[in-house]
Amino acid sequence: MPKRDPTTPDGARRSLLVMWTIRRFEEALEELFARGVLHGTMHLSIGQEAVAEGVAAALDEGDFITSTHRGHGHAIAHGADLERMFAELLMKDTGYCRGRGGSMHIADVAAGNLGANGIVAGSMTIATGAAFSQMMQGTGKVVACFFGDGAANEGAFHESLNLAGIWSLPVVFVCENNQYGMSMAVDKATAGGSIVRRADAYGIPGVRVDGNDVVDVFRNTSEAVARARRGEGPILIEAVTYRYRGHSKSDRNLYRTVDEIEQWRKSRDPLDRYEARVIDEGWLTSDQLEECRIEARDAVRRAVEAAFRAPDADPADLVGAAYA
Amino acid sequence: MPETMTYAAALRAAMRLLLSQDERVFLAGEDIGVYGGAFGVTDGLVAEFGEERVRDTPISEEAIVGLAVGAAITGMRPIVEMQFSDFVANAMDPLVNQAAKLHFMYGGNVTVPMIVRAPGGGGTGAAAQHSQSLEAWFAHVPGLKVVLPATPQDVHDLLLAAYLDPNPVVFLEHKLLYKTEGPVELRSRAEDTPARIGEAKVLREGTDLTIAAYSIMTPRALEAADGLASAGIEAEVIDLRTVQPLDIDTVRASVKKTGRLLVTHEAPQPVGVGAEVVAGVCESDALDYLLAPVARVCGQPVPMPYARELERAVIPQVEDVEAAAKELVNA
Repeated sequence: MPKRDPTTPDGARRSLLVMWTIRRFEEALEELFARGVLHGTMHLSIGQEAVAEGVAAALDEGDFITSTHRGHGHAIAHGADLERMFAELLMKDTGYCRGRGGSMHIADVAAGNLGANGIVAGSMTIATGAAFSQMMQGTGKVVACFFGDGAANEGAFHESLNLAGIWSLPVVFVCENNQYGMSMAVDKATAGGSIVRRADAYGIPGVRVDGNDVVDVFRNTSEAVARARRGEGPILIEAVTYRYRGHSKSDRNLYRTVDEIEQWRKSRDPLDRYEARVIDEGWLTSDQLEECRIEARDAVRRAVEAAFRAPDADPADLVGAAYA
Repeated sequence: MPETMTYAAALRAAMRLLLSQDERVFLAGEDIGVYGGAFGVTDGLVAEFGEERVRDTPISEEAIVGLAVGAAITGMRPIVEMQFSDFVANAMDPLVNQAAKLHFMYGGNVTVPMIVRAPGGGGTGAAAQHSQSLEAWFAHVPGLKVVLPATPQDVHDLLLAAYLDPNPVVFLEHKLLYKTEGPVELRSRAEDTPARIGEAKVLREGTDLTIAAYSIMTPRALEAADGLASAGIEAEVIDLRTVQPLDIDTVRASVKKTGRLLVTHEAPQPVGVGAEVVAGVCESDALDYLLAPVARVCGQPVPMPYARELERAVIPQVEDVEAAAKELVNA
């Protein structure tokens, strides 16, 4: 998707639309899951929409992202087709992965989404490789690498930051710190108490941003992207955010309180905050804001209806499919 | 005209050709630059092609293989080296969960054309963590191709074939083969390679039994065949060359001719490639031609020991193949 500035009227409309689309998309998935029409599990990013949009809005067309198991928002913000996403989850042949990937593996390589990844930190070395590729080919493109707080304790995190650091690769590492790696609280899991300070060890800048403020995410990512594009190397952004829903569908929320969830939801919700800001700044009127909400709702509704009508994934296509 | 060169030199020549032919190709690995690689395989390439394309990396196997995956899906043609195949254990995520899966998992919308080169095998006194033969691990992962060239000509030709393949290829080089010599016809373009991944080669024709081998066991099987010939036994020796995909048809055809099958590899016997070869024969009408039970001459299922005699006892030797073949024919 084209770059957009969420602090301008046109950009605000587009960013708000993306954020509402992510939320409505995932709420629709919850409903489909409850109706029993989905297979397997899924990881919802409701509450984290500002990170996905703040980063995507800062990227130029042709830039790349790598994503995580909680990747619906990243894909949508990067311009994914909702119908093909629904089709994938509904096990249709028209899905992004023809029903072979499901929720955790939405990818659209041609459009620069190098893929969601079911392995924690699994996309970090790939993002590093894709950034290396941009440097070698002189494309001027940048890679934004999403990962979670849990990934910061994987070897791949350290190997990637080190390699990107010594070679000054054009990659922006975006840690979505949503406070929990499944059930383990980030402060219990993180020696030294800070993810962002780990950037110091690799001689790269680290910046902590309010991950529930799309403007803060956007501004810091824009600077990081510009820097990476100039060939000045990688950067680590830690976006502090919160996941409202459980880790996956098996989560009984035994590791946190309802109060905690409610506090984040009531006082720091990324959509509430951005809408208030948009009105305060006069970027949009309340009518325009309502139009965004309706547009998102309708787009999701149309997409899911169309996806239902698509043909199912076909087992006959599996023969030889592991190889190109 | 073929010239005589070592396995390492023939392999290097293939990399030189690819670096010259295609600017998307780059090499990356530990100490592959000025040092020339732990076994000297990349010796001199950094001087020819520069540090950008012949890249020394930190000791970060996971990042090296992940680098290849990320580069491959965005238009490059990486050839990365694991200093020892054992170290790929540190890179199993990018190789097994990423490289092998992406094409399928993403609905066929991406290809991962990359080569992971890795020296394997024992006989060097390097003990348990530097001597393994891990091909069965990789052959068991759909999405990977697994190539184990045995001769200087094949290592040259199969590297070119691996480059032409759009899939991730694990290219396992036995360390004891690096210094072996043989005639090599150097190709002037990758497309000229006559080798195909998934094609075995009959190296010696015979009538009394079939010996299926690959990698270091191929020259050992040929040597055993010479010994057998002086005892009046004519062995047909097949170099499998690749184990995923496996050219079972060539083995079946040979068994139909000879009526006996011996499979040999250095990797431990249990659940090894040999079992797959035997099963592949038994699943066909070649089973009806067997005159004797099949035999496997493989590595003992222990970690590779250090002491010379212990190591020798674990790895199949020429005389082991010869003795097993005689037993099979005289049964």
